[in-house]
Amino acid sequence: MLNSVTLDKDRCRGCTTCMKHCPTEAIRVRRGRAHILADRCIDCGNCIRVCPHHAKKALSDPLDVINEFEYSVALPAPTLYGQFRNIDNIEIVHDGLRALGFSDVVEVAAAADRISGLTREMMEKDGLPRPLISSACPAVVRLIKMRFPALVPNISQFMAPVELAALRARSKAVSVTGLPQERIGVFFITPCPAKVSALKEPEGFEKPLVDGVISMNDIYKRLLAVMKKGGEQPKGEAESGMVGVGWARSGGEASALPRTRHLSVDGIENIIKILEDVEDDMLPEVEFLELNACNQGCVGGCLTVENPYVAKTRITHIMSHLPVRNIKPQTGESELMSIDRDLESDEVWRLDEDVSVAMEKYARIAKLTAELPGLDCGSCGAPSCRALAEDVVLGFASEEDCIFRMRERMQYMTGSADADAYLPPPFRKGSVSE
Amino acid sequence: MDALKLHYDVDGEDFSAAGEASSNVKKVLRQLGFPQEAIRRTAICMYEGEINVVIHAGGGFADVTVEPERITIVLTDHGPGIPDVEKAMSEGWSTAPTKVRELGFGAGMGLPNMKRYSDEFRIDTTVGVGTTVTMTVNVTQGQ
Ligand SMILES: Nc1ncnc2c1ncn2[C@@H]1O[C@H](COP(=O)(O)OP(=O)(O)OP(=O)(O)O)[C@@H](O)[C@H]1O
Ligand code: SF4
Ligand SMILES: [Mg+2]
Repeated sequence: MLNSVTLDKDRCRGCTTCMKHCPTEAIRVRRGRAHILADRCIDCGNCIRVCPHHAKKALSDPLDVINEFEYSVALPAPTLYGQFRNIDNIEIVHDGLRALGFSDVVEVAAAADRISGLTREMMEKDGLPRPLISSACPAVVRLIKMRFPALVPNISQFMAPVELAALRARSKAVSVTGLPQERIGVFFITPCPAKVSALKEPEGFEKPLVDGVISMNDIYKRLLAVMKKGGEQPKGEAESGMVGVGWARSGGEASALPRTRHLSVDGIENIIKILEDVEDDMLPEVEFLELNACNQGCVGGCLTVENPYVAKTRITHIMSHLPVRNIKPQTGESELMSIDRDLESDEVWRLDEDVSVAMEKYARIAKLTAELPGLDCGSCGAPSCRALAEDVVLGFASEEDCIFRMRERMQYMTGSADADAYLPPPFRKGSVSE
Repeated sequence: MDALKLHYDVDGEDFSAAGEASSNVKKVLRQLGFPQEAIRRTAICMYEGEINVVIHAGGGFADVTVEPERITIVLTDHGPGIPDVEKAMSEGWSTAPTKVRELGFGAGMGLPNMKRYSDEFRIDTTVGVGTTVTMTVNVTQGQ
C-alpha cells in the first residue's frame, strides 16, 4: 500500500520523538535516522505534528501541477473554510481558488451532503452491521484493516465525500468543456497525508481518482493573498449545505443522523480504545460510529494551518449561514456510490503463520521483555522495551541495542566497575550527591 | 510449543484498571494468529470474570493457558464466595451495590454470558474462602 508520510533525511537527527508518538509503533530509529515501517503506517500524520525538526513530510503535489492541464478543477475539503478569518460565505474561498488558476471548483462539502442523505436512508434498513462505521477518514479505515480486521464489514459501503466529488468533477468537466479526459486535471486540497494515499491508490477503483493532491498549508499563503484582493462580495452561491460543511469537525457527520444513536470519537488513541470495545460487543447501543483520526476531526489535520479549536469554531460560524440541504437519494444512487472493500488480513500483527511457532516466539518476547530494564527510554531505536524484544525475536534488532545490555557487556569485558559512567545521568545507579 | 501460560494480578482497588488483563489477552491472541471468533469469546469471558473479581471479591488473579486447540481461563479470588451458585447463575440476579450499578454494571448478566460464550464452565466456591471460575474456549479453525 502507498504511504504518503516520508522522511526528509537531511533534517532528521534521530531524536526518537516521532517514534514515541506513533500510535501503531511504525517507526524505528537506526543510524541516527527515523525509519517508517510501511506496512504498519496508517498515514495519520502524528509524526509530522510532533517532529521538532520538521523532518517528516507528506508527499503532496505543488500547485504548479495544475498548469499541466488545459482545464483544472479544485476540490476543497470543507476544512479549508475554517482556515480563514471573517468568512461567512464560502464562495469567497471558491473565488480565491479560481483566481489562483483553477478553472472550476467542485465542493467536497456538497458531496458530503449527498453521502449524509444516503447514510440516513441506509440507517433505516434492517440487517446492517452494528455499529456502522464511517468510511470518511482513510487513516481510520487503514487502522481497522490492520488491527481490527473483524470490523471491516462494519465500515460503511459508501465512498468518502472526496471520492464522490472527484468523480463528479471529472464528468462535469468533460460535459462542460468537451475536452478528452487526459486534458482535464482534478485536484484535492487536503488537510492530511491519509487522503493523499487514499486518492492516489483508492480502494475499489482501478485508477487514481485525482491528478494531484495539494496540501492546505502549501496553498494557504497564495490563496489568502488572492482572497484579500478579491474584496467584493461573491456573486455565485455555494452548493453545500450546513451538514456538508460540518463534516470538517468531529460530530458533524453524525449530526446528520438525528434518528440514529451515534458516537463520534476523534484522536487515534481514543479510537483504538473504542474499537477494542466495539470488537468485544461492549457498545451494543451504538448504531453509527464516526471516527476521525485527528483531534477535533479534519480541522485537526496535520497539513492545516489554523489551530483545530479555532478552525472548529469558524466552521460552526459558517454553518450558521448555510441552509440545510436535505438531499433525498434517488433510486439506484446507493449502489452507484458504494464501493467494494477488499478484506485485508491482519498479518502485520502475527508473530508467525504457525500458531505453535508464534507461541514460542511470544514466550521468548515475554521473557526478554521481563529481562529488559522496562524504562522505555527509546535509546535502542524501538519505542518500548517490549517493542525491542519483539524486534529481537523477529530478527530485526539485537539484544545489545539496549544500552543497559551493552553496559553489562562492557563491564564484563573490561572488568571495570564504573561502566555506569557511560550511561546518561537519568540511568545511573549510584547515589545522587546534592 | 504446546502451551503458553499468562498470569495477571487483578487489582481490586483500582477500578479504572479493570479490564486490562482481558484486553492484554486479546492482544496476545491476535499476535498469535488465533481465529477472531475464539478471540472474541475469550475476551468476553475473561472480561466478565475479571470485573466480577474486582467488584465482588476485591481482587485476585487470572491465569490463562493458551494451547493451539483451546484457551483456558482460571480466575481465582479470596473474596466472600458465592452462597447460592444456582441463583448467581440466573440471568438478572445481582448483589452489586448501587454505586456499582451507577457505573453500568450489575445487570446480573456476567456469569450467564461467561457460561454462554465458553465451552466448559465451572465454579468452585466456598463462602468466606473464595471463588475459582474455570472456563475453556475451544478453538475451531477457519472461522
Ligand atoms: N468472584 C465472585 N465473588 C463473589 N461473588 C460473586 C463473584 N462473581 C459473581 N458473584 C456473585 O454473583 C452475582 C451474579 O454475577 P454476574 O456477573 O452474573 O452479575 P453482576 O456482576 O452482578 O452484574 P453484571 O455482570 O451484569 O455487571 C453477583 O452479583 C455476585 O453476587
Ligand atoms: S481525520 Fe480528517 S484530516 Fe485527519 S486523517 Fe482523517 S481524513 Fe485526514
Ligand atoms: Mg458480573
